[in-house]
Amino acid sequence: MTRQGNIIYINGPVVRADHMEGFMVREMVMVGEKKLIGEVISLENDLGTIQVYEETSGLRMGEKVYGTGTPLSLKLGPGIIGNIFDGIERPLSKIYDSGFKFIPEGIGLISLDEKKSWDVEILVKLGDILKSGEVFAKIQETTMIVHRVMVPPGIKGKVVSTVKSGSYTLQDTLVVLDENGKKYELKMYQEWPVRQPRPIVQRMPIEELLVTGQRVIDTFFPLAKGGTAAIPGGFGTGKTVTQHQLAKWSDADIIVYIGCGERGNEMTEVLEDFPKLKDPNTDNPLMDRTVLIANTSNMPVAAREASIYTGITIAEYFRDMGYNVAVMADSTSRWAEALREISGRLEEMPAEEGYPAYLASRLAAFYERAGYIKNLNGTEGSITIIGAVSPAGGDFSEPVTKSTKRIVGAFLALDRELAHARHFPSINWLSSYSSYIPILKDWFKENVAPDMMTLRSKMMRILQEENKLMDIVKLVGEDVLPDDQRVILEIARIIKNGYLQQNAYDPQDFYVALSRQYSMLKVIDQLYDRAYSCVKKGIPLSKVKDEKLFSDIIMMKNNATEAKSGFFQELTDRINHYYDSVESLYKEGAADES
Amino acid sequence: MKVRYLKLEKAEGPLIIMDEVKDAVYGEVVDIEMSSKEHRMGKVVQIDRGKVIIQVFQGTSGISLNGVSVSFSGKPMEIPMSSEILGRVFSSTAKPIDGGGEIYSNKNYNINGRPMNPVARLYPRNYIQTGISSIDGLMTLIRGQKLPIFSGDGLPHNQLAAQIVRQARISGEEVGSFVVVFAAMGIRHDEANFFRKVFEEAGVMSRVVMFLNLADDPVMERIITPRCALTAAEYLAFECNMHVLVIMTDITSYCEALREISSAREEVPSRKGYPGYLYSDLASLYERAGMLKGSKGSITQIAILTMPNDDITHPVPDLTGYITEGQIVLNRSLYQMGIYPPINILPSLSRLMKDGIGEEYTREDHPDVANQIFSSYSRVQEIRALAQIVGEDELSEIDRKYMEFGRQFEEQFAKQDFEEYRDINQTLELMWELLRILPEQELTRIDPSLVKKYLRK
Repeated sequence: MTRQGNIIYINGPVVRADHMEGFMVREMVMVGEKKLIGEVISLENDLGTIQVYEETSGLRMGEKVYGTGTPLSLKLGPGIIGNIFDGIERPLSKIYDSGFKFIPEGIGLISLDEKKSWDVEILVKLGDILKSGEVFAKIQETTMIVHRVMVPPGIKGKVVSTVKSGSYTLQDTLVVLDENGKKYELKMYQEWPVRQPRPIVQRMPIEELLVTGQRVIDTFFPLAKGGTAAIPGGFGTGKTVTQHQLAKWSDADIIVYIGCGERGNEMTEVLEDFPKLKDPNTDNPLMDRTVLIANTSNMPVAAREASIYTGITIAEYFRDMGYNVAVMADSTSRWAEALREISGRLEEMPAEEGYPAYLASRLAAFYERAGYIKNLNGTEGSITIIGAVSPAGGDFSEPVTKSTKRIVGAFLALDRELAHARHFPSINWLSSYSSYIPILKDWFKENVAPDMMTLRSKMMRILQEENKLMDIVKLVGEDVLPDDQRVILEIARIIKNGYLQQNAYDPQDFYVALSRQYSMLKVIDQLYDRAYSCVKKGIPLSKVKDEKLFSDIIMMKNNATEAKSGFFQELTDRINHYYDSVESLYKEGAADES
Repeated sequence: MKVRYLKLEKAEGPLIIMDEVKDAVYGEVVDIEMSSKEHRMGKVVQIDRGKVIIQVFQGTSGISLNGVSVSFSGKPMEIPMSSEILGRVFSSTAKPIDGGGEIYSNKNYNINGRPMNPVARLYPRNYIQTGISSIDGLMTLIRGQKLPIFSGDGLPHNQLAAQIVRQARISGEEVGSFVVVFAAMGIRHDEANFFRKVFEEAGVMSRVVMFLNLADDPVMERIITPRCALTAAEYLAFECNMHVLVIMTDITSYCEALREISSAREEVPSRKGYPGYLYSDLASLYERAGMLKGSKGSITQIAILTMPNDDITHPVPDLTGYITEGQIVLNRSLYQMGIYPPINILPSLSRLMKDGIGEEYTREDHPDVANQIFSSYSRVQEIRALAQIVGEDELSEIDRKYMEFGRQFEEQFAKQDFEEYRDINQTLELMWELLRILPEQELTRIDPSLVKKYLRK
């Protein structure tokens, strides 16, 4: 039976057709003569509603809708890493190579390169019994990533035939399994429906830091492998720069970067920069561990809705191989707006600000695909999701920010005032939080220093104290405060300018190892202790605050290169030396006066 | 022979609804002939079985349900393009209105364009020298960038845009390598004439293409005007390899037209009655800026929008700011203090600036100095707030220096004559001059070696 619908209704990305009895909900369909890709979202009697992932202008009444019999799925296999795809995994570089500088409609469902041959090493032999998820071959996909070819979920059996290790393409059958007479031909790729999470054995507790090299994040609002985080901020507050920094320097094995409804030039920037940037640990180009999903703001809105799922499904596939994957979604608000636009065209009852009532549950379902996981094949892998949120008018009480805040583990609130002062990353230390701090306490103890988190709390207290004092300062000025409070203001200034602020474009400063973060904290802590105790002894602030020493400590982020190993020790010695002499001078002075 | 339909079911506001139409194509252009022989243009915006909703660009007033004849073209709106368009003035729907002849070309272009493939884009890196200190020094315009001006009613955004057009130079290339595409949406006649006069005085009129939808032109045509203009820009940039500066004004009127249609179609509104797809729709304009691999041309966009009530969180500036690569924000109180151009630098930003300035492009100290000025000027705001309460005399010595820095910044740096051109070195020198007011240890954003090199020159 050929199943064919007949288009009777067109409104933007929403198309309805009749004669759709034989179709399934969530089935992928081809719409019209151009064979636009679409997905059935609901059925009623013989009427089917379809969301179309390409521009529908030019579609004619009465054109046909063709079923494919499968849900919207991705091809998962070698060729993903280092590539850039649109919202439904069509390779944009291949589209460009076919001569399209502008994205045409009706190019069909192209995916991974089927002609490219890969060097495959077969890891199994005849007679082996393979379970679902088990690795039967491996391929060096890029300099950084070994692609472990797995038995697809739901399939198992005995190896009854296998090829020799060698060069093969996506189309070649590598291994044949037999399960009670039923034969399965395994290739180097598998297909998986995007909206369905891949099966796992169990969730593991989160206990490892996702090292980002960003001081304000690692020290103050740490992220965890397998955790979730949201970065909300109005325009111009640096969401994208922060996301790019995390994509560049976090210590995940693989980065999936979803540019969802954002600027075209930002994707181009990643495409131009990442191949040139080197991973700090392995020295390989960053592009060799990065996958880009691009649905820029002027690309079809329905594909924007799908792009998030495409990204997370790719992430789950690599997690199943035992990798730690970090997913950056920039921005989840555009995805929510795509949801709203489609919902509006379906004439669904709107909830808050026109968003559909299922916004919160869809967001939650997306973030829940993160986690530290024990996979079917026994390996452990993780997915960390970091979603940017673009609140309308910079107002954090709007529905997307509110619903996201309820689900995520870390909330890095970007602040417009800080951005205006060019304090970047403009993460507001008072309104941000990370619920991973208690979980990661032991990790910091073992891997950085026993007192790292104690120092953090101490610095945080100083910042909070400063915030309170600033309310007074704004009314009466700084001069009227007693010296012990003014010391707090001075130290807070150092923390803000010398520690929290980090220049993403400075070669010394864009990435700071944890050990160096700790050394810097120690220096500030030492300064605070000595200065504070001097003031308590009655030494006036003008003596306690040495301009040169203070400004050198602010500038230590620029001057402390890896080469100068004794740098922080020298700085600490200088602090001690200075305050020793101030104290002794004061003692003498006090003695003289008496 | 094309089928002509003679019966309408409903005509209301900007929409007509027809029944029993066969074969309608989504997005196609229709021709509506009225009994007076006047022709109007419409676009199919929804198809529901035989029922078709058409948006009429010239409105429905005068249309009767029986007295019209509608024919469907089967195609989206297309306009002819050739290099003859330079120096010409067109209506909102790309018809010549300067008395000159029609544009003939064997190639027609779909005004809706198509999204650029991010892989085909070339990341913009070359800066455009505008000769305006605030812009060149602190929010550098990059060739291929989209940098809008956020203004308010009665602020001199037109003058600023005109000054940019007159003075803009691409580094290393001759003056006049730009062509200008100007799209007016709902602006007044005198504003349009102001631009025309500026173009003529600057002697660039032969390199300008104008698309005019003025305040008394049909509101719905405003939806088409920027698309025609951008189609012309794409043609000039990517087929004729020219550097195109597109000025679009006023985006707020454009959005209001969009809202009008949306409410006529009874769509679910999002913020302030604007449709939920306002973001995508604006993106379909703004994202047409940029550069392409294999093409020497570029499209730089300066969109002007007036913020209703000077409110930057209003949906139009808000969504614009999320799409464009920065913004230039004008400020009323600066203007009232007699400062032109009244650019408030703190909320202003050029996102592409970081890759188009510094050693290779402007000067090595540029990034740090700009950063320092932003940080110091933001401190000035805090101190001014304090001075309002305690009085300037009660301020500490450093704070008084900041007050002086703020005054000098506005009077010497931000303030600039409409005719005045400052090259980038002059601008950077002025910036150092300002920083000399402050004690050296306050300059925490500048690399110490640069301070040594430039501060005491």
